[in-house]
Amino acid sequence: MAGSKLWSSQSSSDLGRNRSVWSALHLDPVLLGLLLLLVGGGLFVLYSGADRNIDVVKAQGIRLGVAFVVMFVFAQLDPAVFRRWAPWLYGLGLIGLVAVLLVGVGAKGAQRWLALPGLPRFQPSEFMKLVVPMMAAWYLSRYYLPPTFPKVMTGLVIVLLPMFLIIQQPDLGTSLLVGMAGIFVVFFAGISWKLIAAFLAMVSVSAPLMWFFVMREYQKQRVLTLLDPQSDPLGAGWNIIQSKTAIGSGGMEGKGWLQGTQSHLEFLPESHTDFIVAVLAEEFGFVGMLLLLTLYFLIILRCLYISVTAQDSFGRLVAGALTMTFFIYIFVNIGMVSGLLPVVGVPLPLISYGGTSSVTLMAAFGVLMSIHTHRRMITA
Amino acid sequence: MVWGELKNTAAERRLFQRRAMVMLVFVLVLMTGLLARMYQLQIVEHEIYTTLSDKNRVQVQSVPPPRGLVYDRNNILLAENRPVFSLTVVPERVGDMDATLARLSDILSIADEDLERFERRLREPRRPFQAIPLSYDLDEAEIARMAVHRHQFPGVEVEAELVRYYPHSELTAHALGFVGRINRDELQRIDPVNYAGTNYIGKSGIERFYEEALHGQVGYQHVETNARGRILRVLERVNPVPGEDLQLHLDLRLQRRAHELMEGRRGAIIAIEPKTGGILALASVPGFDANKFVTGISVNDYRELSQSIDKPLFNRALRGQYPPASTIKPMMAVAALDSGATNRDRRIWDPGYFQLREGGRRFRNWNRSGDGWVDLKYSMARSNDVYFYEVGVDMGVDVMSSYLARFGFGEDATLDVSGALTGLLPTADWKRAVKNEPWYPGDSVNMSIGQGFLLATPMQLATATALIANRGLWVEPRLLKDVHGDSPVEEFLPEQTHEQLELNDPDDWEYVVDTMEEVMHGARGTGRSAGRGASYRMAGKTGTAQVFSLGQDEEYDEEQIKERLRDHALFVGFAPADDPKIAVAVIVENGGSGSGAAAPVARALFDAWLEEFPAQEAETVISDSRTAGGDN
Repeated sequence: MAGSKLWSSQSSSDLGRNRSVWSALHLDPVLLGLLLLLVGGGLFVLYSGADRNIDVVKAQGIRLGVAFVVMFVFAQLDPAVFRRWAPWLYGLGLIGLVAVLLVGVGAKGAQRWLALPGLPRFQPSEFMKLVVPMMAAWYLSRYYLPPTFPKVMTGLVIVLLPMFLIIQQPDLGTSLLVGMAGIFVVFFAGISWKLIAAFLAMVSVSAPLMWFFVMREYQKQRVLTLLDPQSDPLGAGWNIIQSKTAIGSGGMEGKGWLQGTQSHLEFLPESHTDFIVAVLAEEFGFVGMLLLLTLYFLIILRCLYISVTAQDSFGRLVAGALTMTFFIYIFVNIGMVSGLLPVVGVPLPLISYGGTSSVTLMAAFGVLMSIHTHRRMITA
Repeated sequence: MVWGELKNTAAERRLFQRRAMVMLVFVLVLMTGLLARMYQLQIVEHEIYTTLSDKNRVQVQSVPPPRGLVYDRNNILLAENRPVFSLTVVPERVGDMDATLARLSDILSIADEDLERFERRLREPRRPFQAIPLSYDLDEAEIARMAVHRHQFPGVEVEAELVRYYPHSELTAHALGFVGRINRDELQRIDPVNYAGTNYIGKSGIERFYEEALHGQVGYQHVETNARGRILRVLERVNPVPGEDLQLHLDLRLQRRAHELMEGRRGAIIAIEPKTGGILALASVPGFDANKFVTGISVNDYRELSQSIDKPLFNRALRGQYPPASTIKPMMAVAALDSGATNRDRRIWDPGYFQLREGGRRFRNWNRSGDGWVDLKYSMARSNDVYFYEVGVDMGVDVMSSYLARFGFGEDATLDVSGALTGLLPTADWKRAVKNEPWYPGDSVNMSIGQGFLLATPMQLATATALIANRGLWVEPRLLKDVHGDSPVEEFLPEQTHEQLELNDPDDWEYVVDTMEEVMHGARGTGRSAGRGASYRMAGKTGTAQVFSLGQDEEYDEEQIKERLRDHALFVGFAPADDPKIAVAVIVENGGSGSGAAAPVARALFDAWLEEFPAQEAETVISDSRTAGGDN
């Protein structure tokens, strides 16, 4: 396989025998190539999903450009910087989340944005997607791994505190991603399987309690709609019915680019944002979905490789957690659009229209590249 | 710090590698799950979702056929279709109906009535995704305002639709009838496929009788629509078959003249062409504007019309059941001669009254002093009652009834006139059944001069008169003259059901016509002032029907009786007498006397039909040929 060749050639440079231009730029060419492929294809799908609105594609192109710059900047920073700053950034993030709840702005009944004078509007919760795994990794990597039970509990508090604050906005999707990012750190740190089983048991017991005491009416509605979309075909069930229809009618080879009737005739809602994968499935069929999932899988594979080859525990934990967060994005989004999961506001990474998530994701890839390219000359 | 950074044991690295492997498997499993889901939707259930997707975008729409037009005999348009812009709402596509209606009334003026009707129709059973009209007949400014605000109102559209329009409505409302919105009962009755795009249906008259022919056949089209129901393109179309254009026997000129002659009065006129049975004029005065009924009449307008003392909505020509009075005498004369109850030479002594037996009730002649010895001809000309009393009693009720029945009394003898009533043709059995009394000879006395229980509509009187004009040859009255398509008119007209009225002595027809001519032209005829100075011979009979009955020997002063209690004035007749081209029945409610109020109306119609109109036509032909000559 051509891929494995690339891998091995890259790993030979990892050993530092001949530092290439890539290493000097602190970039990983394999990951960069895969990302550019994904982003490039994504813009084509976006053009169709936005009903041939070239302005939307241009705007997204600019945002992605910014996101790649952010990735480049993050890649230049030494992982040690992230580790050193993690507690301070975490504290700042918590303050931001509290501020959002007090003075935040937003739309559709949720406060997510902080508009500070002199600064561009930003979402502290988005920022926490990077900071929470770093903080958890900072804390756990200070001690021998696997962590002891008290350390695990402290780690979970570090994760659950921002998660709780984000749920209050309310923003279930982001809180889920932030929480998962932190929990993957705890998992990668080597928490015992018995403890994992105990937590899973607790979650399944508390799920009914969540239903009655924590979940809001609209969230319950989404779950009910998932179970029976036909109960309200013109209301809450509309999105799911229409996206499944778009995907299913695509068949093996799809209806062709720009030929999707579900999206272009406006039956499919959110066709250029959260539901864009339905456009891809409708127009490029099962073949298109196979290609997309393969591309995502290759990116994840490369990132896991980077995680495994990281030099220290902090790097490994952060890289592994960010990789798995990326996967959660993919799984939740496609699962939701294809009617496997309830509707939560999670975009399809690097393809859905929207700047914030793209920048955060590319920053995460910047962190991964940083971990991969800043190496100390010591043998493991 | 250095310790923290370099705390990097091989054990920790291996631990992480194991965990990473677990995650890789986790990712692989879930991604395979996603792929399996895609396989299920896209390959296994592909057909289902393709169908759903096509059902989403492709809709079958019905294309209503344009309703057939209606012309008079000279091809003047009597009923046409006019584009009207109405505001329609598809409730399924409107989110918040109350808010939408509130915002709509900000930019358009929507009448409370329209709103009420809309809300009523919203609650009624209907086809899903069918547009409900909210407001009719938008003007250009309103259409423009809607165009500007259209994006704010999903599910609200301005639709052009062809709506019936009657250009001469006040004249033709009773003759043509009108169309209106399909109501709930009609919805049960009609073919839901053929009427899928139709909002109107014939409610009365010609519009109702020829509904099937006028409606045509629905067409349909497959259209691609977006999620908001807006049509993007037509994929396939089957054109509707337009309704048949009908030509009526009706002559708008005569119809207009009839209305002019009745101006300010109440009553009815029927004119029939005896040879064809064609109804030349069917006037019920006062008329009304049927256009108001088409899109739905407002409550106020309806109240005004329905509560008017003149009853403009009442079709007197077809549904007014009056005592025919002396206008029944020509038919009675035919009956008396043919049944042998009298003959041309029989003379009867008229002392001014008739008694069934010595000292009994006196049935008075209208001429109190009596006419002395009278025969049939004289009795017709002078409208002598005593002669008919005696002959009527001789015939008895059953003979009179059976002859009158053959003249079309007691039934609706029309071919294609919708809504005509049957009047009342009494028999001994009828009286026993309804009144629980035997038939008294006195009842026969009353019946012989068209009073008592006998009731007839103007249409029946005109039909019977036309039968005399035709000398017994039945040609049932009809409105439809021709259809403009390829089909023959016979395909649309019902079959004739009446047989020729044959007399033992066919010459009796001529004799009775002679007596009717005597009415118009005789020295003592009751209609002689109306017949004076005519260039043609006419046959007729006047009649004066009592609105309320007087006891015997009671006198009354016409002046003292309120206008509405005055006698009805009637007239039947035809002209020219030997070659009838027009037969009429005229009733002027509370007109006083037939000879004074009704006969002159008939004379004016005869003049118009026999002299004025043909002269105009000749002139047109001459001037046309002159213009044509000038061009050469």
